[in-house]
Amino acid sequence: MTTIRETIDEANAEALRRMLAADPVLVDVIPAGEAMPALGDRTILHAGPPIDWDRMCGPMRGAVAGIAVFEGWAPDLKIAATMAAEGMFDFQPNHHFDAVGPMTGMTTMSQPVMVVENRTFGNRAFCAINEGLGKVMRFGGNDEEVRARLRWLRDVLGPSLGQALRLGGGIELKNIIARGLTMGDEMHQRNVGCSGLFLRSIAAPLARTGTDHLDLAEILGFVAGNDQFFLNVAMVMGKAIMDPVRDIDGSTIVTAMSRNGTDFGIRVSGTGDRWFTAPVEMPAGLYFPGFTEEDANPDMGDSTIVETIGLGGFAMAAAPAVAGFVGAGAASEAANYTKAMGEITLSENPEWTIPGLDYAGVPTGIDIRLVVETGIAPTINTGIAHKEPGIGQVGAGVVKAPMDCFKQAVFAFAQEMGVSA
Amino acid sequence: MSDQAHNGLLGKQLKVINVGLDGFSKELADRDVPVVQVQWSPPAGGDPKLAELLSKLGL
Repeated sequence: MTTIRETIDEANAEALRRMLAADPVLVDVIPAGEAMPALGDRTILHAGPPIDWDRMCGPMRGAVAGIAVFEGWAPDLKIAATMAAEGMFDFQPNHHFDAVGPMTGMTTMSQPVMVVENRTFGNRAFCAINEGLGKVMRFGGNDEEVRARLRWLRDVLGPSLGQALRLGGGIELKNIIARGLTMGDEMHQRNVGCSGLFLRSIAAPLARTGTDHLDLAEILGFVAGNDQFFLNVAMVMGKAIMDPVRDIDGSTIVTAMSRNGTDFGIRVSGTGDRWFTAPVEMPAGLYFPGFTEEDANPDMGDSTIVETIGLGGFAMAAAPAVAGFVGAGAASEAANYTKAMGEITLSENPEWTIPGLDYAGVPTGIDIRLVVETGIAPTINTGIAHKEPGIGQVGAGVVKAPMDCFKQAVFAFAQEMGVSA
Repeated sequence: MSDQAHNGLLGKQLKVINVGLDGFSKELADRDVPVVQVQWSPPAGGDPKLAELLSKLGL
């Protein structure tokens, strides 16, 4: 007779096999409404677990108002906010549509989304294009400058990028990540290497699209001028990797971690698509000149999908430069973050290795049992948004996933397995 | 510990390994006593029900 331990071990081995066998390829950029046919008019996808307007934080509300004006659903921000309060928009998590979005994570029908196909399992995942730094919608920015950039992404960059990807046959992402880790990226708060590698891969196909040469120059300049361009690529890759890991009976592996600025939520393979939520925590970090912790909004965004696959805070040892940027301490301390994450994961990824740790693989497969037993919460590298709508990013820092999410998950998983204390 | 051993211990330069609460190691470090901190906390944060559950779930 199989013991509970053997059942869990077998299920987790299968979960890890699926994670490591993934073959994510960036294949296209298409309108969100085409990528996700269920995404209807006046439906707004947001980061994190489900949330209604009443409980949304300031930057999330600002982004909702901005995206409603962008889509033409409201003539101005004030009326958009009133419409939202009156229930005229349908709010849904990105994760419920095979999608992810950074910070506020706004995804609506006319926005272009990047499409990553996991060629091993045939599933696809989606994410909007990174808008750059500073006052942008993902940090709650919503004025005309922000919306004009979104229109340019929709009308110029998105279609050209999609055409270039189709012409070039797509970009295989695992290899880019492997090289990025050797170039000092952890793929959450540092994407300098990967953004450069991405530009190298896409430049020639972009030139072959026949895009007007001034538009082409602007596209290349936009990608080259944004060190975080690759973040959204890493995120959608993470979603494409983790979705086939969902719903494995008996597995204690975390399949998603996500925040909406109010609640932090996790999903676990063995408990299906149920969210386990707890209040989000405040990042400890460094602030841009003129801003302090007083200005900060608590933790937010679907970008924790990169930690879920062993990158971001889990790969801090690969990115000593980012340790200083996010206020995590001296460069020499970066390795300790990765080693600590090794205490709550079941394996390492042999294809994604860290030179500074003698080529150890990134910690892979977060086990809810190990998190609760050790009391070590997943470490997340994150941007920090201003708490008021419309302002944007004010800093970057490190934050912990709330332990209560994992405790709830352990109790629910035990019940699923017919185990009680 | 005998008085003799006790006296011998305090008569030498101390080398300390502190397990758990790091306040003790910080106090010693502030007094230039060599100390190695071992991070440790009770399983499941000291919650016996959770610890028992984890044990039944294969840990």
